[in-house]
Amino acid sequence: MIQPDTRLQVMWNRLLAVVEEQGQALIRAAFSPIVRECGDISAGIFDAQGRMLAQAVTGTPGHINTMAEAVKTLRSRFAQSDMKPGDIYLTNDPWIASGHLNDFLLMMPVFYCGTVIGYTACTSHLVDLGGLGMGPEGSDIYDEGLLIPPCKLVSAGTVNALLLEIVKANSREPIANEGDIYALIACCEAGSSRLIQMMQEFGLADLNTLSDYIIETSRRGTLDAIAALPKGTWRHVLTVDGYDQDIGLHAALTIAEDHLLLDFDGTAACVGKGINVPLNYATAYSVFALRCIIGADIPNNAGSLDPFRVTGPKGCILNAQRPAPVAMRHTLGQMTPDLVYGCLSQALPDKVPAEGASCMYDLPLRHAPEAVDRGDDLFALELVFNGGTGARPRLDGLSATAFPSGVWGSQVETTEAVAPILFHRRELRTDSGGAGRFRGGLGQHIELSASQDQDLMLFLSVERIRNPASGRNGGQDGAPGCITVEPGNRTLPGKGEVRIKAGERLIFETPGGGGYGPPSDRADDEVDTDIRSGLITRNAAETQYVRKT
Amino acid sequence: MAIDIGGTFTDTVLVNNASQVVATAKTPTTPNRPALGAVAGAEHVLQVASAEWHQVTGFIHGTTLATNALIERRGAETATITTHGFRDILEIAYERRHSQYAIDLVKPNLIVPRTHALTIGGRMNANGRELEPLEETGIEPVVDALKSLQVDAVAICLLHAYANPAHECRLRELLTDHLPDLVISLSHEVSPEAREFDRLCTTIANAYVQPLMASYLQDFEARFRQKGLSCPILMMTAGGGMTTLDTATRLPIRLVESGPAGGAVLAARIAEATDETDVLSFDMGGTTAKLCLIDDFRPQTARKFEISRAERFIKGSGMPVRIPVIEMIEIGAGGGSIASVDRLGRIQVGPYSAGSDPGPAAFGKGGDKPTVTDADLTLGLIEPGRFAEGRLRIDPDAAQRALALDIGEPLGLPPDQAAFSVSEIVDESMASAGRMHAVESGKDLGNRLMIAFGGNGPLHATRVARRAQMRRVLIPRDPGVGSAVGFLFAPVSYEVIRSRYARLDSLDIDGLNSFFASMQAEAEQVVRAGAPHGQLQQRRIAYMRYHGQGHEIEIRMPDRALDVSDIPVLEQAFEAEYSRQFSRIVPGMTIEILNWGLSVSSPAPAQGAFSETPPQHAVMSDETRQVLCDVSGEWRPAQVFDRADLTAGATLTGPALIVEAQTTTFVSADFSADVDGQGNIWLTRHKEASR
Repeated sequence: MIQPDTRLQVMWNRLLAVVEEQGQALIRAAFSPIVRECGDISAGIFDAQGRMLAQAVTGTPGHINTMAEAVKTLRSRFAQSDMKPGDIYLTNDPWIASGHLNDFLLMMPVFYCGTVIGYTACTSHLVDLGGLGMGPEGSDIYDEGLLIPPCKLVSAGTVNALLLEIVKANSREPIANEGDIYALIACCEAGSSRLIQMMQEFGLADLNTLSDYIIETSRRGTLDAIAALPKGTWRHVLTVDGYDQDIGLHAALTIAEDHLLLDFDGTAACVGKGINVPLNYATAYSVFALRCIIGADIPNNAGSLDPFRVTGPKGCILNAQRPAPVAMRHTLGQMTPDLVYGCLSQALPDKVPAEGASCMYDLPLRHAPEAVDRGDDLFALELVFNGGTGARPRLDGLSATAFPSGVWGSQVETTEAVAPILFHRRELRTDSGGAGRFRGGLGQHIELSASQDQDLMLFLSVERIRNPASGRNGGQDGAPGCITVEPGNRTLPGKGEVRIKAGERLIFETPGGGGYGPPSDRADDEVDTDIRSGLITRNAAETQYVRKT
Repeated sequence: MAIDIGGTFTDTVLVNNASQVVATAKTPTTPNRPALGAVAGAEHVLQVASAEWHQVTGFIHGTTLATNALIERRGAETATITTHGFRDILEIAYERRHSQYAIDLVKPNLIVPRTHALTIGGRMNANGRELEPLEETGIEPVVDALKSLQVDAVAICLLHAYANPAHECRLRELLTDHLPDLVISLSHEVSPEAREFDRLCTTIANAYVQPLMASYLQDFEARFRQKGLSCPILMMTAGGGMTTLDTATRLPIRLVESGPAGGAVLAARIAEATDETDVLSFDMGGTTAKLCLIDDFRPQTARKFEISRAERFIKGSGMPVRIPVIEMIEIGAGGGSIASVDRLGRIQVGPYSAGSDPGPAAFGKGGDKPTVTDADLTLGLIEPGRFAEGRLRIDPDAAQRALALDIGEPLGLPPDQAAFSVSEIVDESMASAGRMHAVESGKDLGNRLMIAFGGNGPLHATRVARRAQMRRVLIPRDPGVGSAVGFLFAPVSYEVIRSRYARLDSLDIDGLNSFFASMQAEAEQVVRAGAPHGQLQQRRIAYMRYHGQGHEIEIRMPDRALDVSDIPVLEQAFEAEYSRQFSRIVPGMTIEILNWGLSVSSPAPAQGAFSETPPQHAVMSDETRQVLCDVSGEWRPAQVFDRADLTAGATLTGPALIVEAQTTTFVSADFSADVDGQGNIWLTRHKEASR
């Protein structure tokens, strides 16, 4: 007979395929643009003990680890003996699910031959949960909308109609919310039925042997990767723009024999606006950054994630506590990879990229409040743009590319077709990439205005206006982001609500990534190519790269 | 006659007036002058059939030349001209990384470097209204730049040209005045859909291969005319239809992936002949496997695919091309796919392939990596003496050695179990790809019939079907040259997909009707050139979605001008299809449409009469081979049959091998096989796998 290992591997591959199928099903049916364009979802399969066995690789890493912990929490709230086939549990508690109210997490026990053999879970971003809406202006979590504590959404196949009515009654987008919740239910059910199908096909009674194999193999692979690292503790401080004043993010990364520990001790306290980050979300992006460099080829599961531990003092801005406002937790959450890399680069100087733009440059545009009375076009757009990524130890940074998030940018033509917006320019920002042996990625220069005689409302929550991406190992900083309104050259802060009047032009310049290594080490022909391609000016070649041109 | 020039082999098929295959040939492709290999194949089939050139009354050609030119970057020096202020459509793309954890990710090479990206002033809006006139004074610097860059071809993609092409047309006139030899592709002709990045990429790909394809097609035609071919030459397209040489020369991008499309056309044809409404075609060759869903005898179509994906068939790692195509999921799993063990002790198969040179270890041509074919040999499923009609010397010991070294040793498995494991992994990945494809299309594989062909399709069909929970498989006649056979059943057709944003509740009926009239005129002109006579068929599609959603649903429209009474009908059709895919509708949500499609085609050749099910008779074979059974995991004897000996009504049970010239059908132990009146082999799973 065949050694059992191959069969287990085949089943592991099957579980990985099943979670991807679940994820795709969810993305296809989603209404929320951020889900559709950015794949801001997660889908996972868990064993009877609540250990995560497989998680879909989707567009944004904000759910890595978060979901694994969330399922453990939900399992501990509800007795397994009370669960019935067809039950599904729900919460959007930011401290349990995924860091802000918009993320709904569902968990479904999977019954096989009368017992719970595992769970499927999924998370998706809903468009609107009431309150002040998706923006940093809330003063506490109660301003930010409806919080649903862990509860049963579906009981033996019957949806709790009252709960659904409450979600709809508290939203500006009730129909889309309902659609998204049904998509989540379908996703859980699809995962459950595929899992049962697999167990039938392979003649399994439970998942125990398979989950031990997956978790042990992944843990061993991760520990092997950690064993190859130098041991010690490295510290770094990253200064970010914050809401209205600079904030210091502190981290100490300890590489031990059998685990990594990241500690945010020393990080500044929470602020009064919604850019605070619950620890589960800060953990997601921090662990993602570490796993890009340490054991990147090993799938996410309880075994591969276990050696990565993240902690921080309660109440610091990366471990926000109730009732802190957290709606825009991704703004700083997406800066944590640069914080982590500041530590890791000391341990592995030639493996870690320079800092990048990192925080995505969302550009949520809406009609002005008076539009209804004036008969103007009503619209809401969630445009996302990105700056440049940091230069890599052996490669230039990527221009206008999302990292660490995996969002997709938009297209000018489709945007102009659905909203009263006219773009005047969207091009790379010459000289915005940090100079270095390897050049940082370039940011973008975007200009837009209303295409009709109407004002536009803009809700900003972006970073790196005052604190640009630092270079590494002698590389220079990337250009900071810059947001202005013409005419009048009105410069805008990175956070807050702005009105762009009819006829005014918004100029939205995204940051460049930092360079890697001294610019003097860059080869002449690479500098020449950059000049000929218009990525740097002759002036920059002379001043930053010290070349005669 | 149909000729399919692939990367390794050129397949030629000759059929008679009753659509019966009378001769086939598989000859090596001659990469430097592909027409030479094609002529050799053509002369071979004519000789076998004792026929003359002048008796050939229809001629269809498909080629991978355009695809290969794109993959191997052998096209023209190409520049782009986009709207002023939008020089970086290509560089910015969708701002994403195709692989989440890859720090050292390199983005796909999209052919045109930034040095070759030029701009010109002028602006249309989304409704096609001119906001700024074309900056005609800007033409001089553009011409100077094109000259100094020594460009042969230029792709022009101006914002919203799909809504108003006037600036693109005028720009072509101006450029032609200055540079009469410049090859120019206009985005609104190549791919009139909104989304500037995709449209620009498609236009670049078209411009890039156009000079090469034009000279190839000219040479190809001249050689066959010289031989005495008198009928028109039609070209197979990615959309599964045929088009004229003129259109192919103008829009060569439509020729990419035409070979695999032929396979899907064949499967659709067989589905219709056997009245099977739910089918999955499974085409497994030497380097890849391709799967296509076929509902109601129509292969599933798409409007976009990617060429030359750089990394492991990962979505987004290639160059998007937006043209009407038969939608196939393609994965790096073929006979030549290489197996290895990763650092977690997991077996990986593909996507790297040993191809045909050096090929699998067993070929003894210098390949020392174990491949899927080496595994199949070691499992006893391929008879060494009869592989490729005995033309290729096969060394089963070399296959075993390679498996032992690269798989067996690291995992502590003997060679046969290593082979078994490789097969399990590759079969699982093909089955998963099929399931995933079905899910992405809102469909299920469960009750589908698999139609398997290609050099390795019949060999792996039962193993893949079991893993995909499919119970029935059909192996057509001549499965080794399935694509070329498919060409012969394709209609002359042309499809246009064009963007025009609308909401169903405020549809401008008159505007839409004249929009469709112009699409119809364009398509009919192209089709009439290849099918001057006979009734043309039309198909109109609206790609609909709820406002706020990204996923579009294809809804068939009446094939005529619309009136107000059609709107509720369209709404109902959308809701019916939406609830089929997502189990419910969303009341109160606005329905919107960005893209509209129209295809015009000549009728496909008529089906031959399908004969009645013949009386069944069980057959046995004296010849057996030891095979490692994929159901029990034990070595056991399998009967060996020659396909030519199996007459209509023959039935047999697995494990069995049915051998023919270009492939072997493996009947697993849990399947039985019977042969129908057309010579198709039907494989039916009759018991649960006992594992």
